[in-house]
Amino acid sequence: MDETKGAAVVIVGGGVTGLSAAWWLARAGVEVLVLESGIVGWEASGRNGGGCTHYYSPLFQEEQRLWPQMDRLLGYPTEYRRFRVGVALNPGQMVRYDTVAGHAARLGFHSTRLDAKELRELAPPVSEAAVGGVFSHFGGHANPQRTVQAYAWAVQDLGGRILQNCAVTGIEVGGGRVRGVATTRGRFGCEALVVAAGPRTSALLAPLGIDVPLTPARAEMIVTAPLPAMALGGVDGNGLYGRQTLRGNLAYGGGPHEWLDPDGAWPPRRPTTPLLRNLARRLVELFPKAGHVRVLRSWAGVIENTPDGRPVIDRLAEPANLTVATMSSVGFGLSPASGKAVAQLVQDGRCHFADLSSLRLERFANLPRDWRERRGWVPPEPADGVAVG
Amino acid sequence: MRVVDEKAIDGKFPAVGETIDVLVVGAGDAGCQAAREAAAGGASVVLADENPLDPALMGLDVPLAFGGRMDGAVQNRERMTERLVLARPALAEAYEAGIDVRLGTTIWGIFPESAESRALAGLTVGLEDGRRCWMARARRVVLATGARDLMLGFAGCDRPGVIGARALDALLHRYQAFAGRRLLVLGSGSEGLRVAIAAHRAGVTVAGIVEPGAQAEGPAELVAEVAELGLALLTRYVLVEAAGNAEGVTSARLAALDDEGRVLAGGEREVGCDTICLAIAAVPAIELAAAAGAALRFEGTLGGHVPVLDEAGRTSVGGLEMVGAAAGVPADHPAAPDAWPYPERWLAALIASGGLEVPCCRCESVTRADVLGVRPPAYLEARSGPIAARDLGRLLADGPPNQDQVKRLTRSGMGECQGRRCREQTALLLARGAGVAPGRIPLASYRAPVRPLPLALLADDAETEAMRAGWDAWFGIPTQWTPWWDIGTERDGLGRDAGLGDTWHL
Repeated sequence: MDETKGAAVVIVGGGVTGLSAAWWLARAGVEVLVLESGIVGWEASGRNGGGCTHYYSPLFQEEQRLWPQMDRLLGYPTEYRRFRVGVALNPGQMVRYDTVAGHAARLGFHSTRLDAKELRELAPPVSEAAVGGVFSHFGGHANPQRTVQAYAWAVQDLGGRILQNCAVTGIEVGGGRVRGVATTRGRFGCEALVVAAGPRTSALLAPLGIDVPLTPARAEMIVTAPLPAMALGGVDGNGLYGRQTLRGNLAYGGGPHEWLDPDGAWPPRRPTTPLLRNLARRLVELFPKAGHVRVLRSWAGVIENTPDGRPVIDRLAEPANLTVATMSSVGFGLSPASGKAVAQLVQDGRCHFADLSSLRLERFANLPRDWRERRGWVPPEPADGVAVG
Repeated sequence: MRVVDEKAIDGKFPAVGETIDVLVVGAGDAGCQAAREAAAGGASVVLADENPLDPALMGLDVPLAFGGRMDGAVQNRERMTERLVLARPALAEAYEAGIDVRLGTTIWGIFPESAESRALAGLTVGLEDGRRCWMARARRVVLATGARDLMLGFAGCDRPGVIGARALDALLHRYQAFAGRRLLVLGSGSEGLRVAIAAHRAGVTVAGIVEPGAQAEGPAELVAEVAELGLALLTRYVLVEAAGNAEGVTSARLAALDDEGRVLAGGEREVGCDTICLAIAAVPAIELAAAAGAALRFEGTLGGHVPVLDEAGRTSVGGLEMVGAAAGVPADHPAAPDAWPYPERWLAALIASGGLEVPCCRCESVTRADVLGVRPPAYLEARSGPIAARDLGRLLADGPPNQDQVKRLTRSGMGECQGRRCREQTALLLARGAGVAPGRIPLASYRAPVRPLPLALLADDAETEAMRAGWDAWFGIPTQWTPWWDIGTERDGLGRDAGLGDTWHL
């Protein structure tokens, strides 16, 4: 049966990082197979704010170079749009934007300060109380749901295979190398393995004695009915991240997260909470003229973080054909570059376009066992409840 | 000493505004009965009903498909409240029984405590009354939210005057605010026959009852009653188009069908009417239970997805119960568990007469062909190239049909009516396209708020200091935004102090 045929490279995880890695490998003519426990892009990859502006990342320049080309390279629309505007509701926030602008300028990316009038010309619903803002002549935003599907289809168009509803149950190692994976749909052999399974990455690698310290958490977003398009969709601030979609909807998130049990069930439940009211409040503060616009949905996503909040993109010393990738809760926008980095690690053992030495797994070798408790990265104590039922 | 992440949700929600012993949602027959029973058992009971509805929501076909056929009276909230109380003697009885009856009060979300939402306690309920929005904690919630109408698309279905049977019933009897005069009913099951009889008795001219099959779907006694009243049962007919002008429907174009359900050439007829009422099936209003995470199952003979209930009417969510039509609307005939025969037959007939280039999701301008073609929205101007080949058939080669996935790609169900007008049609189309029973299509997700409410109304005016102080655009991990060139230097982790991160996550 063709389905149980392995591939040169098997990728565990059909999120945006795994799919991008598969796509870059397929572009290079490598035979790839993506194993996804559910539907491609169904978890955090398809539930985020769609930002593509990660000025602090070693992958930033490649992220910026690639995004404007992605629709053409993939052959499917991502709804990518250039540029970002940050709204400052107080002078302190302007100082922060200046700091960001300074970092980006160091890498050759330009920003312009906006006064209150210029800001409202670009984004009419913005608060009269805004003191100004920053226009980033870089960065942008895309539609996460459309983009993950675009990657998946592009992989297939290049001859790569994607197997959905296929959960990996074990990794077979022999002679210091990964030989294949056991799944709910049979065994698949491989010459190299990529694990990019989001919060599941830890559990998949633990039996190999590899400790990838991750803690999952739930974060929430809201979306409104469409309103007339602003000159630029990528407008945010006031502690919110998000965008006005091409359709006109305001899709924004931010605010407190809930840490989850790292041994919890997969796929995760993703309940929303009354936090949507706080998001609504923040959004009205940012866009007072949109107060009449109706909220259509709220949703939650589950993302994982490493102890320092930075990615792990690393080809391990042993097994030598195993590459691990978690983006530590910031993966969507960087995906064109992160997948390319993973592909180069798999093929050549090193990334040719960025220094990824700060993203190695070994930095956590001396992590105390109680690192989660020390940070408070543990589920809340149950609230004082009334008896139910 | 337990360390708490100051940016996590722990302890940030405000104390709830009120504590409710038993909350009954929906003051129809089932809700009034549940409220009376709870009160008789000694409980303190709140009976909340969203009627009289916000006329702006009615204009959006929320929560029922009113089709713009309400008259100006709905703008007068006091008058509507009076009519409502007159129309439902059970409300007066509830008042007398000491029940706290709250009309015009909508429950827009129920948030249960769970392993993934431990910051909540018990059942947290979101309420609003058009002026303000607040949260309550309830020990027990009984959902008696009734049913809404199955809507299917056809040419002209976006004209004013295309209404659902439950909406028509509400306008006729609850509000006395129906603005139509001449009615054509689609569907001859119990729903259709009852609404035709009721409309006739209310003085509305019933121009006909359309049935694609050879005989009426509903029970013999209702068929006999319809015949006695002289209402025309148009068997072997289906709608082609709702014709009309800017004010709405002026006539219905019908096509005759043969024994095989094919359109008979030359068999068209035109029926004058200002209102076309879809009375094909009632769909249990499960959105609050679904958004709260209650276990559901498909049961076509109960109107689609219904809650999984124990013998006491309890859902899988602790403290949450369901009664009445919300728990299931019995169909006229038995069927296989996954099937939904009468809506499937209607959709087949409408496709035979009107094809695929007619609306499925009206809010987002998605046609039936767009759903089956998994086409991106027209405004993307991306319908040629490799994406043209990515239709439902290709998608199904990668996995079983999934309505949420198709919704993401086509936007069918993403609009302002929150999918009320297209959700079931999209599912039926996917089932048809995949060649599987409707019950095999996983329920597309429901989300809070289950009514489309304005940002300014939902906005939390009681935000805690802890929420404000602990707010961050993302996780607030100090080292997360360190520029890579500063990693490992003394500046690593100073991002927040240097003014980064807590306001911008890009």
